[in-house]
Amino acid sequence: MKKRFIIIFSLAAALMFTFFTGCEKNKVVLNVYNWGDYIDKSLIANFEKETGIKINYEMFETNEHMMAKLETGGTNYDLIFPSDYLIEEMIKKDMLQKINFENIPNFKYIDDRFKNMEYDPQNEYTVPYFWGTLGILYNTEMVTEPVNSWDILWDEKYAGQILMLDSMRDTIGVALKRLGYSVNSTNPQEIEQAKNSLIQQKKMVNGYYVDEIVDMMINGDAAIALNWSGAAMDIYWQEVDYIEYAVPEEGANLWFDCMVIPKTSNNKKEAEMFINFLLDPENAYQNTEFVGYSSPNKAALEMLRAENPEVFEMAAYMPSDEILERCEVFKDLGSAKELYNQAWMEISAQ
Amino acid sequence: MKNRAKLLAYPYILWMAIFIVIPLLLVFFYSVTSGNIHEPKSLSFTLEHYSKFFDMLYLNVIWKSFRLAVISTVLCLLMGYPVAFVISQSKQHHRNLLLLFFLLPIWMNFLLRTYAWMAILSPNGFLNKALELLGLPPIEIMPGQTAVVLGMVYNFLPFMVLPIYTVLSKIDKNVLEAAMDLGANRVITFIKVILPLSVPGIITGITMVFMPAVSTFVISRLLGGGKELLIGNLIEQQFTIYRDWHFGSALSIILMIMILVSMAVMSKVDKNSEEGRASMW
Repeated sequence: MKKRFIIIFSLAAALMFTFFTGCEKNKVVLNVYNWGDYIDKSLIANFEKETGIKINYEMFETNEHMMAKLETGGTNYDLIFPSDYLIEEMIKKDMLQKINFENIPNFKYIDDRFKNMEYDPQNEYTVPYFWGTLGILYNTEMVTEPVNSWDILWDEKYAGQILMLDSMRDTIGVALKRLGYSVNSTNPQEIEQAKNSLIQQKKMVNGYYVDEIVDMMINGDAAIALNWSGAAMDIYWQEVDYIEYAVPEEGANLWFDCMVIPKTSNNKKEAEMFINFLLDPENAYQNTEFVGYSSPNKAALEMLRAENPEVFEMAAYMPSDEILERCEVFKDLGSAKELYNQAWMEISAQ
Repeated sequence: MKNRAKLLAYPYILWMAIFIVIPLLLVFFYSVTSGNIHEPKSLSFTLEHYSKFFDMLYLNVIWKSFRLAVISTVLCLLMGYPVAFVISQSKQHHRNLLLLFFLLPIWMNFLLRTYAWMAILSPNGFLNKALELLGLPPIEIMPGQTAVVLGMVYNFLPFMVLPIYTVLSKIDKNVLEAAMDLGANRVITFIKVILPLSVPGIITGITMVFMPAVSTFVISRLLGGGKELLIGNLIEQQFTIYRDWHFGSALSIILMIMILVSMAVMSKVDKNSEEGRASMW
């Protein structure tokens, strides 16, 4: 009996071993982990053709999902695209490798105002990918009043026609901002107030989604939605003209998504090659036009200006300095994260 | 010879050890410890995750999950039994075609089918557009519990029909003729003979519908619009958003125990039913 168990378990162990080692091949495979709908896939094919490196492309829905998967371990991502506050946490937790900028000559195209950001003061770990704001998408056929306050997301008039983001920091952040607090508040009372206002709002909310929102807005399923600026651009490029985007006067969240190389990567050099490839003006231009979000790449912006000067007038692509001044960047909350978790759990379980 | 035959079971035992027993032990281990999972030394024994569960917030979630799962299971049974009966009574060469029609949808990916329901039921979706054309008022069921139940019934109905059909089609025609000969009419035959004989199929069907329904998180997320949090969503969120493996594991164990208890009750019903040993299991 005992012997049989030994046989079974050693076989089990051997099998598990082959599972984990069996994926290695001679060809370099670059494991890229990015947001959904966040790259022009033809760029991946071009890179593969150019370099012979194969890209294994995986997607996540929110920063929290990405971090949870990374912390689980057992991943071997070479390149990830997290946002500012997550980068801060990852650097704190020593999860990132310093990038060798000598391998990324195209970094010179990045506008200086996107370098040495607060989350990476020496600019050692990050290369900016896209940036944008958080705001309100609204259907001009259903909403005729001016949209300039977060209050509209709490307006009884639109009960059942409001979509919120199924993303903890964004949705709680908006509730905080509407009450006049910081999106990075760690004050339990302020978070409590934000939570209560979201619970009260929930009856009027049609649903909490992420990637589904754009399609639902185009389809006319809802009148207003909380979403990121790039969603508005995505809609604009699809030549839908009845959906507008506004950043409320109370201010919103300004965010930066960057490319980082985690410590788990075994292909740092190839990851840097891919970063450099994405920073190439032609590619960055193609990417920003496809994805919709604002590029930090000066050369790409010039090309875009030549082709589509009108987008530089759009708050969704190029928010004015006045708007930007009213925005805040998310910060890592440290131990206050627990307060947000508890609040979000209570909101969603209601 | 007998021992040789036993060897054939080894692949499955091996499979079970790797993918069922070891993970289950791990889940149980996480559920009774707290600390950083990546530093084994920091882990300490605790039952706090279980006591945390007894909060109205979570109890409401599990109540809702069970309520929706029971409703879906009952609806599946009410709709599935007649279908299974009709198929089993039809002519042999019709049977396969009917079954095929029934099974065709599950050849398509489950997630795709649920997204399709989103497109049909959404406020400005196909259904409401069709109603508008007919001059009828729109119906607003998505997102909401009605849409979630509909999604569950649609996705799990075949799992109710198949086992019942299997049992019904195996019923010996001579038994039915005997009942008729002894003076029973069609209704009595059905109540006294067919129904009792099909109990094992019903039990299997209920099990196969109830279990995925009570633990689903995709259907409730998509068709409930993230507003109808079920126990499956709660568990998923512990791992994908809150990074709390310990509470997530405790929730999983609690759910497993609850399913186990419900199944034990069901199998008691099964044993009490006098006839029909032809269970699918």
